[in-house]
Formats: sequence, structure tokens, C-alpha cells
Amino acid sequence: MRRAVSGLGLLLISVSAAAEFSGNVAAEAAIFSESPQFEDQFDDNVTFSFQPKWDGEWNDGDDLWSLELFLRVDDKDAGREHADIREALWLHVDGDNEWRIGINTMFWGVTESRHLVDVINQIDRVEGIDGEDKLGQPMIHLKRYQDWGVLDFLLLPGFRERTFQEKEGRLRTPLVVDTDQAEYESSDEERHVDYSLRFSQTYGDLDLGISWFKGTSRDPVLLPGFDDKGNPVLTPFYEQMTQAGVDAQLIYEDWIWRLEYIRREAESNDYDAYTAGFEYTFYGIMESVVDLGWLVEYSADSRPDDEADILNNDVFLGTRFGFNDAQSSEVLAGFFIDTDNQSRSFRVEGNRRFGESWKGTLELQTFSDIDPDDLLAALENDDFVLLEMAYYF
Amino acid sequence: MFKLESLILLLSIALPAAALAQSPEQKGLEIAQAARAYDKGFTDFTANMVMTLKNKSGQTSRRLIRIRTLEVEGDGDKSLSIFDEPADVKGTKMLTYSHGLEPDDQWLYLPALKKVKRISSRNKSGPFMGSTFAFEDLGSQEVEKYTYRYLRNEPCGEMNCYVMERYPAYKFSGYTRQVVWLDTEGYRVVRVEYYDRKKSLLKTLIASDFQQYLGRYWRPRLMDMVNHQTGKSTLLEWKDYEFKTGLTDRDFRSQTLKRIK
Repeated sequence: MRRAVSGLGLLLISVSAAAEFSGNVAAEAAIFSESPQFEDQFDDNVTFSFQPKWDGEWNDGDDLWSLELFLRVDDKDAGREHADIREALWLHVDGDNEWRIGINTMFWGVTESRHLVDVINQIDRVEGIDGEDKLGQPMIHLKRYQDWGVLDFLLLPGFRERTFQEKEGRLRTPLVVDTDQAEYESSDEERHVDYSLRFSQTYGDLDLGISWFKGTSRDPVLLPGFDDKGNPVLTPFYEQMTQAGVDAQLIYEDWIWRLEYIRREAESNDYDAYTAGFEYTFYGIMESVVDLGWLVEYSADSRPDDEADILNNDVFLGTRFGFNDAQSSEVLAGFFIDTDNQSRSFRVEGNRRFGESWKGTLELQTFSDIDPDDLLAALENDDFVLLEMAYYF
Repeated sequence: MFKLESLILLLSIALPAAALAQSPEQKGLEIAQAARAYDKGFTDFTANMVMTLKNKSGQTSRRLIRIRTLEVEGDGDKSLSIFDEPADVKGTKMLTYSHGLEPDDQWLYLPALKKVKRISSRNKSGPFMGSTFAFEDLGSQEVEKYTYRYLRNEPCGEMNCYVMERYPAYKFSGYTRQVVWLDTEGYRVVRVEYYDRKKSLLKTLIASDFQQYLGRYWRPRLMDMVNHQTGKSTLLEWKDYEFKTGLTDRDFRSQTLKRIK
């Protein structure tokens, strides 16, 4: 017994000695140029975030562990103030099998403007409207390498609810989403065990992925209701769904072609959706080292307009400048245009390094000619400029 | 069988005479083949790289990159670069399968998105991490990537060097030609001059402080690349070279990029 305890102590010491610490701390200031559409929304905001990560390995790299946390402090928007475990994982490599047990964040898919096949993690909506910030998901995940492709088997116990702004927050739905009233189709509620399979393989210049998911939909249906004070609110309802997805990317010289397609079946709706497009890059424009890329993607959705999400019949036109300088400066600008009603949203984001450890990001977003019936109507007055300075360690 | 052997015998007698008459192109190609043959069999290596970028006014910035390379029989090498500094790109990894004249396969792991992204390797002439090294300067140097022309032999420091020109045969190179100095014994590339698409001198690479590993393979500790047109330079310091470390194909899979430390 004593030996076992001292053995465990020794393991802990060697693990902590091998731990590597990294991450970033960031301050973000946002100014909204128009007065808010809804009561109580703020005009400007300053918030802070902290994202530390510890990780290490033993058994010559066949076992790894990692812990990554995220914390945001936000005085004005209580909905944005939150903490999350992005990763708390034990990873074991056994030849052509890799086991991941714990909490993890992953990314599936290839398109730039919309992420249809990426359904494992819940979206951390208060962190951004692009769906690229995600909450850690508990999982048992086996990745198996075969000559003919890679197979992923995922068992997902425990569901994460989507985050939403509270009434002070900008970029929110007209009625506040009352996350305390979340309801589920399954009687197991958030304890429903979901599962997912994925096959992926590279065929020369083509990368292909086929995925399957069965379980609780990460996208809630928002239903009208009342909070405990009798105010009208939206309440999230999480359905059961089955989704099949395909993602493909083909590279040919200066062109990259991308496609994501899903078929989703749930109580409220059975539908298909896809995003398809290309990126074309001019390398070294005007005999400089600057790269200029053009992105065009089209998103479609077979649901009726009032049940679809924002990108139901939309074109994304984007351009990307890579300056290839010592500061890794980049600018990405893009338009979403709804081809039915011409509603437009525009976003430009630039970032560069300062010194060895700082990174600055400047973001501008506008919404214009928004159709009153478009889902974007709630964001019509939410044009903003945002500056973030992050220190990396 | 007997006939084949006598043919070989005949050729081996005739060859020295042919060598006298060989063209500068043939001789250049032979040197390149000999250099490649000399470097064959290293199997794999790992090394750490400190990259110091210096601009015209002398300001510097630093990158730390770990390199793992696997020799592939009958194809270009597989290579993995793991970025440790600057801190904002820490955990970024780049995997390259190089293929002679065919475009390389390349993947990037972006830790902020936790995403493995297949990227175009078309950008041969683009700067690597904002440095004066282009991607094509750091890639695996297969014989068929160039055509060659031998110029002369001349002393280079304490060594004796072949001097030859090479012309990129792959698409999308930023160069019209390169002049290469490599020593006649260990095929150490000690100097390369790069000429841009307008045929003017763009960059000079000077490699120095060579160490020999496994009693055979020479690697420089320092590589200094000066861009004459912008006044920028980049110094690569190679450290902790280890050969035959037991790396396999399994260590160079795109889907393992996320987990590799």
C-alpha cells in the first residue's frame, strides 16, 4: 500500500515536472456605432479573457494528458461572463488506435463561411457569431488508422447547452433566451448519450470525410415563453436528431474547392443543407511577397425561410491578404449577401504580432439593407468595431 | 548472362573516355546524383532550429522550430515542423510530403481552431514565417527538381568546391537559376546564390560550421540567408541533431498533427 502511494506520488511529480504551460490573456474593447435596438443593451464594452493550457506526456509519447480552461470576465454582459473546460483529456496511443477519454474540442469540415458537419461540440455563441468558438464535450473517442482511411468512433455522454447573451448584450435575439428553462425531447435530458462515426481519407489532392451523428441536436429550437417574472422570453428546446454529413476538399494549383453537405432528420424538420465554393489565391501579387486570396461560397438550406438559420440562401464573398511579414500580418474581409432579400453583413478582421508575445486584432462588422423578415433584423443596429490585445505565454 | 557482363566490362572501360567528352549539363547532373547518393540512408533525423529574422534597420525577431524528417524510399522526404515561438503560434505544426516534380502535400494544424487544414503547396516562392527563406529553399532537394550545368572547380575556404548552376524544373519557382558551391568530398553545400525571375541576384545563402553525423552525413550549424534587394537577412542555427531516432510513417500522419507534442 505504502509502495503504491509513493508510486502514485512519484507519478504525479514526474507528470507535473513534465507539464508544459502555455496560453494567453486578452483584453477586448468593443464600440457599437448605433443606438441599441432593444432595451438595456450597452453601447460599448470592455472584457477580459484568460485561456491557460497545461499538457504533458509519458511512456515515450504514447500517453498524453492536457487541461485547457477558458475564462471570460464581462461586467456588462452577464451572459458572456463564463468559464469552460475546453480540454481535460487523457490520450493513449496503441499502434494504429488512439483513445481519447475526457473533455475535448474538435473541428470537422472544410468550408470557411459555415460549419455544417461540425456537430460534436456545442457552440460557445457568446464568444462569436461564426461558430468557431466551442464548449468542451465529454467523450470516449477511438481513432483507428486503416490503410483505406481513418475511422473515428465517438461516444458522447453529457450534453452542453448553447451559451446566449443576456439582456444587456449586443448581437442577440430580440427576446432574451432563458437558458434556465432549457428542455429536451429525450427523457434522459442532458444525460442522453450521443454517438458519432466518421470516416476520412486523402486521395491524392482530394480529402474526403463522411460522418454520422445520432443524439441531441446542438442547435436548439427557440420557443416563445415567459420567465419567472412573467416577461416574454425564448426557451431553448433540444431535439433528438440524426445527421449524415459529407465534407470534401480538392486542391489544384492555385485553387481550393470545398463542399460540405448534411442531411438532418429531427422532430421539427427533415432537411438538407450545403455550403460549396472555392478559394483562389494569387501568390506574390505585384512582385511583392503579399498573397491575395478570393473566397466564394454559397450556402443553401431546404427548410422554409422562417425555419432555416441565417444562411439559408446566401453568398459569401471574401478576400484574404497574407502579408508574409515578420509580424504575420493578415487581413480577412467578407460579405454575406442573402440572395432572396439582399440583406448584407460585412466583416473585416486584421491581425498582427507586436514584439515577440503580443497579438493585436481589429475587427469591424456592419449589417446593411437588412430585410425586416430576415433573422439578421435583430442585429441591424449592432455594427461594431472591436480591438483585442492578447498576450501569449 | 555472359554477354551482359562483357557489355558492362566494355562500358566501364569506355566510360572514362566518355567522361572526358561529357557536357557541363551531364557533369552537373552527375554531381547532383552523387551528392544525393552520399546523403542517402540517413533514415530519419530530428533537430531544433532557432531562426533569427533581421530587417534593414537591424531589428530582430526570433522563431523556435523543431524539425522531424523521415527519409522515404523512392519519393521525397516527409517532414514535420513544430513551432514553439513566437508564443502566439505555439503548437502550430506543418506537415509536408514532398514529391520531386509533383506538388507536395501539405497540412497545417491551427491550435486556436483545433483544426487540421490541408493547404496548397503552390506557394513555393513565398517567405517561410516572414523570413528570407522561401518554402522552396527549405524543402527536400530531389535531383529531378532541377536541371544542372557544371561551371568549374575552385577552392572554398579550406575545401575544394564544385561550382554549378541549377535551374528549377518544378512549377512556380521564384528563381530562374541558382549557383551552388558544394565541396568535392562530403558534398557540403556551402554557398548558394539565387537569381530572381528578372534574372538579377536576389539572395545569397552561406552555410558554415559543418558537423558530421554517423561518420557520414554533414549538416551545417549555421545558415545565413541575405536578401540583397530588401536588406533583410535570416540566420538559422541548427541544434541537437539526432539521426536514426526510430521515427516511422505513423509519426507523419495528418490526423496525428493535433496530438503531437
